[in-house]
Amino acid sequence: MPQTTLRPEGEAPEEAAETVMKPRVATRDLRAFYGQTPAVRGVSMAMPHGSVTAIIGPSGCGKSTLLRCINRMHETVPSARVEGSVLLDGQDVYGRGVNAVDVRRHIGMVFQRPTAFPTLSIRENVSAGLKVRTGKTYSRSELNDIIENALKRAALWDEVKDRLDASALALSGGQQQRLCIARALATSPSVILLDEPTASLDPISTQSVENLLHELRGDMTVVIVTHNMQQAARVSDRTAFMLAGDLVEFENTRTLFTNPKDERTEAYITGRFG
Amino acid sequence: MTISPPQAPQQRPSSSQRQTPLATRVQRDAAERAAKSIRGRRIRSRIVIGLMFLASALAVLPLLLILFHLLREGLQSVSPSFFTELPAPPGDPGGGMANAIIGTLILITVAAAVGLPVGIGAGMYVAENRGTRLASLVRFLADVLNGLPSIVIGIFAWQVLVRPIGNFSALAGGVALGVMMIPLVTRSTEEMIRLVPNSLREAALALGYSEARTSLSIVLRTALPGIVTGALVAVSRIAGETAPLLFTALGNQFWSLALDQPIAALPLQIYYYATSPYAEQRALAWAGALVLIGIVLLISLGARMATRNRFGLGSGD
Amino acid sequence: MSEPLHPAPGIDVSLPSGDDVSLRPRGASPGDRLYRGFILACALAIPVLIALIAIEVFVGGWPTLREFGVSFLTSSEWDPANGVFGAAPAIFGTLVSSALALVLATPLALGVAIFLAEFAPNWLRQPLAFLVDLLAAIPSVVYGFWGIVFLVPLLRESVMPFLGDTLGLANTPFFSGPAYGRSMLAAGVILAIMILPYISAVSREVLMAVPRSQREAALALGATRWEMIRDAVVPYAKSGLFGGISVGLGRALGETMAVTMVIGNRAEISASLFAPGYTMASVIANEFTEATDDLHLSALMAIGAVLLIITIIVNAVARWLVWRVSRERTA
Repeated sequence: MPQTTLRPEGEAPEEAAETVMKPRVATRDLRAFYGQTPAVRGVSMAMPHGSVTAIIGPSGCGKSTLLRCINRMHETVPSARVEGSVLLDGQDVYGRGVNAVDVRRHIGMVFQRPTAFPTLSIRENVSAGLKVRTGKTYSRSELNDIIENALKRAALWDEVKDRLDASALALSGGQQQRLCIARALATSPSVILLDEPTASLDPISTQSVENLLHELRGDMTVVIVTHNMQQAARVSDRTAFMLAGDLVEFENTRTLFTNPKDERTEAYITGRFG
Repeated sequence: MTISPPQAPQQRPSSSQRQTPLATRVQRDAAERAAKSIRGRRIRSRIVIGLMFLASALAVLPLLLILFHLLREGLQSVSPSFFTELPAPPGDPGGGMANAIIGTLILITVAAAVGLPVGIGAGMYVAENRGTRLASLVRFLADVLNGLPSIVIGIFAWQVLVRPIGNFSALAGGVALGVMMIPLVTRSTEEMIRLVPNSLREAALALGYSEARTSLSIVLRTALPGIVTGALVAVSRIAGETAPLLFTALGNQFWSLALDQPIAALPLQIYYYATSPYAEQRALAWAGALVLIGIVLLISLGARMATRNRFGLGSGD
Repeated sequence: MSEPLHPAPGIDVSLPSGDDVSLRPRGASPGDRLYRGFILACALAIPVLIALIAIEVFVGGWPTLREFGVSFLTSSEWDPANGVFGAAPAIFGTLVSSALALVLATPLALGVAIFLAEFAPNWLRQPLAFLVDLLAAIPSVVYGFWGIVFLVPLLRESVMPFLGDTLGLANTPFFSGPAYGRSMLAAGVILAIMILPYISAVSREVLMAVPRSQREAALALGATRWEMIRDAVVPYAKSGLFGGISVGLGRALGETMAVTMVIGNRAEISASLFAPGYTMASVIANEFTEATDDLHLSALMAIGAVLLIITIIVNAVARWLVWRVSRERTA
């Protein structure tokens, strides 16, 4: 049954996070490899429903790999291997007989660079994920509503509402990335993963993406990998710091940035490396 | 009192810096020799470059000659009846190659029906399994298949489709041409699929698309304009082939659309008429040659045109 | 800033975000297996086809090979009427006409390639390359027809008399004999025109792949442009250039129609370029539909088998040479 969806105004993010108890996504001793090389070494963490979790760390620390393990995208790379488990509402996505394609249909993902499908129109791009929801057919008006809602949430509706049938390539980079976000939102996933979503965006688009994450809080479980510590501080309830494949610290965001427990965390956030 | 800039200390040339007249002369002679040899070398360089330009002109000359002759002789003999009439009995004036034009179109269609699915499928396999041993082997063997003499492929088609059945057929000719199309289509498909960025494939997978759906409705669809170009280029290559048709399609003086009967084809008809003792037939052969080249150029130009107006990758070459 | 929106009421999207996820256990979808199976089958079709072609051609030629043994390759008596089959004239003709084509085409093709890769001004480069590549688009039968109507008379009336009488070469064995026109020389010339674009295209690519550092180093040492090419670029690209030449050779070996129409189709071995001859491809083209009996057919297919082997070897060598260059490039 749905949890609370709206934040009462004024409530600080980390206090809100405490009111939700059930972990939506959890990893248990998750290990990921490229061939023989370990990229993620035994990470265990739990992300409550409706929370926004940021994963930060220097290049190569394994944060993107960790993210991709959640929706079983890591294994699409040849010679990639995963051990341990990832629990989605208590069910192990790496369990016996669980189909990776099925897992991915419950989870939305936004990548670092815009990945709009070039042969589809804006409308078709947004609804691309809906076509593979098995057993679901949508009437035209249902589809239009979903598309409109998704585009509004992604703050793209006003810019494209008059040209929904134009090619997706007609949009600028920032618009395409917001299109990809709309595409991920259209399927109403329970979890949404974002891998450095604003890395290639201008400041205005970045701002609207961060606003969106504020809105999604409570509705969806969000996990965002970011290179930008200020962004992590702005948008997330909890932050995880990774270094060389290890989860060094996983803490309320405010605590991690003002009073980190581990000296490596402190070194990273004060800019001594990374 | 004026302040003057410090003066550089006077230096007397040391004995090692002073030159004897002999050394100066030797140096000057060597410099002159070097200058002359540089001049000589430069002149030689210019001559060679000129020769290369000449070689290029010479290389293009036969092309211009052929096109010139083709136009001169072919335009004389091309008339509407060429496109509408059957060949006349030997010695009689008039007639056309209408059946050969249709025949070529039918053969191309059969060839495409064989060559396109296999070629595109093989191209997708090689592109998606890049790096595996089988994919590299298949790519290598596609080149081998491409290099097989077309007459040998004709022998193969004869052995398999003509001899056991007992008569020549359009099907045998079309299959021979189709086999020749496969390596061309495989290669161009593979190149076009490789151009599709991996991020698109990942985005589709992350949305919950199955592998097959990703490959077909995202990757293949994105690469489609380029694949179509490649297919049309392959068609234009085999449209002019004669050797594999000599003992498969055989040729036909009459209308025939049946796949299990011999069929006329433009290149075949040109061949038979080119060596004919009758001047009318030779004139028709010129018309045929002109029309054939026209068709070949039309198809390959059409390929490039068609890919210009789609969104997606791979437009043009 | 837009207000937070819920999914519009009344819509039942499959997973309202608050609901629990329920993962259905399932194996790989049948669609995936079908797709993967189909493309694998297509890929395997290629080696299967090659094997089938080779098998059919050899099976067809086996009776002849069994009957004549090695003498099939060495005997120069080709007499279908009497059931005697020696492929030597055809093999000889193929090798000589191809060699002649290479000798004529290679300097020109390399000249064109070097000119295009190094010297041509930008406005000339594309049109010239286009024209040279257009040579490859002309069908073989059109070349042959042009050969019959213009090249052969030209040879017969102008070039051969010039070579034989004016230059006095008629005294040598290579240019002796009557000038029929249809000859090994005609075949060589037309083959040269046909393979030129292939040699040129591969060579052009190979030359353009030579890194700038090589050229700049030579120029910095004071070389003229030609010297730079001769001493720095060409040696670096050498095996690729040989690869291009081998590609041309491979094409020449298999060429059928144009050769058949201008070579005279006579099963004789002669030292003279003026003499008519035969090639493996043209004997098959010429005699297959009129083959008098099964042994004749089998002999023709045996020739096809020999042609097949020679072509595969030459093409493999060509590809290996070109591959070596691309490997050095990435090293």
